[in-house]
Amino acid sequence: MPFELETAPHPEKLKRVAIEPLSRVEGHGKVTILLDDDNHVQQVRLHIVEFRGFEKFIEGRPYWEVPVMVQRLCGICPVSHHLAASKAMDMVVGAKLTPTAEKVRRLMHYGQILQSHALHFFHLSSPDLLFGFDADVAKRNIVGVLAAYPEIAKKGVLLRKYGQEVIRLTAGKRVHGTGSIPGGVNKSLTAEERALLLKDIYQMVAWSREAVQLIKRLFEENLEFYNAFGRFTAHSMCLVRADGAMDLYHGGLRARRADGTTLFDHYDYSHYWDVITEDVKSWSYMKFPFFKALGSSEAGWYRVGPLTRVALCDFIPTPLADHERKEFLAFDDGRAAGATLGYHWARMIEMLHAAEAIKDLLHDDDIEGDELVTSGERRERGVGVIEAPRGTLIHHYRVDEHDQVIRANLIVSTTHNNQAMNEAIRVVARQYLDGHEITEGLLNHIEVAIRCFDPCLSCATHALGQMPLDVELLAADGTRLDRVVRDMRGLCHRE
Amino acid sequence: MSDQNTFLLDGEEIAFTPGQTIMQAARAAGKYIPHLCWHPEFKPHGSCKLCTVKVNGRFASACTTAAAAGLEVENRTAELDDKRRTMLQLLFIEGNHFCPSCEKSGNCLLQATAYELEMLTPHFDHFYPDRPVDASHPDVMLDFNRCILCSLCVQASELVDKKCVFVMGGRGMKGRKIIINSESGRLADTDFSVDDRAASICPVGVILKKRVGFAVPYGQRTYDKAPVSIVETEAAK
Repeated sequence: MPFELETAPHPEKLKRVAIEPLSRVEGHGKVTILLDDDNHVQQVRLHIVEFRGFEKFIEGRPYWEVPVMVQRLCGICPVSHHLAASKAMDMVVGAKLTPTAEKVRRLMHYGQILQSHALHFFHLSSPDLLFGFDADVAKRNIVGVLAAYPEIAKKGVLLRKYGQEVIRLTAGKRVHGTGSIPGGVNKSLTAEERALLLKDIYQMVAWSREAVQLIKRLFEENLEFYNAFGRFTAHSMCLVRADGAMDLYHGGLRARRADGTTLFDHYDYSHYWDVITEDVKSWSYMKFPFFKALGSSEAGWYRVGPLTRVALCDFIPTPLADHERKEFLAFDDGRAAGATLGYHWARMIEMLHAAEAIKDLLHDDDIEGDELVTSGERRERGVGVIEAPRGTLIHHYRVDEHDQVIRANLIVSTTHNNQAMNEAIRVVARQYLDGHEITEGLLNHIEVAIRCFDPCLSCATHALGQMPLDVELLAADGTRLDRVVRDMRGLCHRE
Repeated sequence: MSDQNTFLLDGEEIAFTPGQTIMQAARAAGKYIPHLCWHPEFKPHGSCKLCTVKVNGRFASACTTAAAAGLEVENRTAELDDKRRTMLQLLFIEGNHFCPSCEKSGNCLLQATAYELEMLTPHFDHFYPDRPVDASHPDVMLDFNRCILCSLCVQASELVDKKCVFVMGGRGMKGRKIIINSESGRLADTDFSVDDRAASICPVGVILKKRVGFAVPYGQRTYDKAPVSIVETEAAK
């Protein structure tokens, strides 16, 4: 798996096209494409241009503060950071969770999966999938979806709202709650809160099933294109339960090589550094993790997230989602399960699983229990791993005898997918841009490939529809050949 | 005036007993005057100036000015609340107050008062002072990033606990600070105890009992159900 388009041999002589900022993704990033005089692609890079520094300023803080502080990394999936840090601190305080604590946390997590997947599919990606990648840019947004497909848009909005309600009632707030603490949770559900969620859960399961059927139909209608778009092979990794089931909250690490063979399975994540390490490139603030056993980032990069989880688990422990998993894996002789756009399909299967899991938990009396917190033998090191909406999320802390964090390492989902996203956009650049005049629609193909991974580039709040885009095509001598500008209203014009 | 021992607070007649300050009389009458460094258990310090009122047209601290018959006191006027808001902003930018991850959030008098006075932004440039965290004590952590120099810990340790663990020291905007009264300057090297009155007196998030963190959920914290003006007047009853 060589990175053939990562670095051009003589970049100074090439034309540069930049997509900056990327739109309809979480956070800020840019793509640069270098073209020769015949518009052949010579270099493609996804740059992450922000520096966050969380790992540094966590140092010195008391460990009980970390699950609340660190979730400020993100406004979309703060629950994932909240829970990953809590799991790490569970190890630090030597806690074995009570059934109530674990089930309330799981409820919180499935609410997070539901709302984040709904947000990504309906608000951010459905405009591309329903209208076409190069459709009129003025319509290719959630407002356009609301006008053309009001029922689909409405269900997307309400699915997300429901997930946010689950989070509010378990974490205390829709965004940046405090529900999960080292050793447990600070609240369980009241009977009224439980009844409130039970009232709508069956509707959410039904709508989630419809969403799976929608992405399946889109695949069927444009099979060859969907299967081929940005397609590449990669190693992959996710958590699985001890019996091989999908488990988004807890499990052991399973890694599979691109050829389908197992690299490691049920690996205890508390020593993740024995199997994963990170590489650094000068042109991006995001690191490049890789499997240690494969020797280098060039040979050992991998992908994570919904596609990986649905493909790698032995089964999904809720019946409707497992039925859809089987259909997905069998579809078109298994080709959809290897397609980059297959991420969307897998994501909707996971959303259905989350809705079913919420339903099951709401029927479990433990979520109203009052045994909330435990503790045990104090330890110096804590590692928490969770399957966040975008993929495997690792939090690792060392805490000194004064209860202060002295070291922190976070490997977030999008970081695992760094090389995979670069690979996807290089394939797309070759497939659709190579040798062509650059248009907004063609550039959107690059963004569509990135959106498949639902990246959270800075783990920051997303500003939908307000990101201007200014793309310049420069000749080798620096003169401007072409310029396409997308204004604050999302309208494109050539200057 | 219907009674000799009364004064007017925002046009309302307030009774007092001789020796009371304006703050004490107002509180006893169920009236809220914003404050930070004043505490009913201790003698007034008069340092935060948040309780500044206008007494017969002149600025004065309500916590240090004796109530007197016939005074006309202005309290919750737009002019005074504007000045209080500015004082709050100065306190926020002088320290490192990061409410989103502070475990005192919801129980913090500084935060609650800022909500009460509708402080929406810090307005001024932050100082970002370099202040240490002292986590040396086994049961209590000191995070001086949040200190507003109210001196309540100094008084509680000296007058109630009889230990003098905390001392106000230094000069000037950067030098003035709370000093730990031990040779090493560390809390662990004092006889401070988590059961001391000083351990629970801090109105902000400096003196914290360890391993409590966010154990109290949203909705059950001191200022979740009612603003500080209501909480204070209810507490005075």
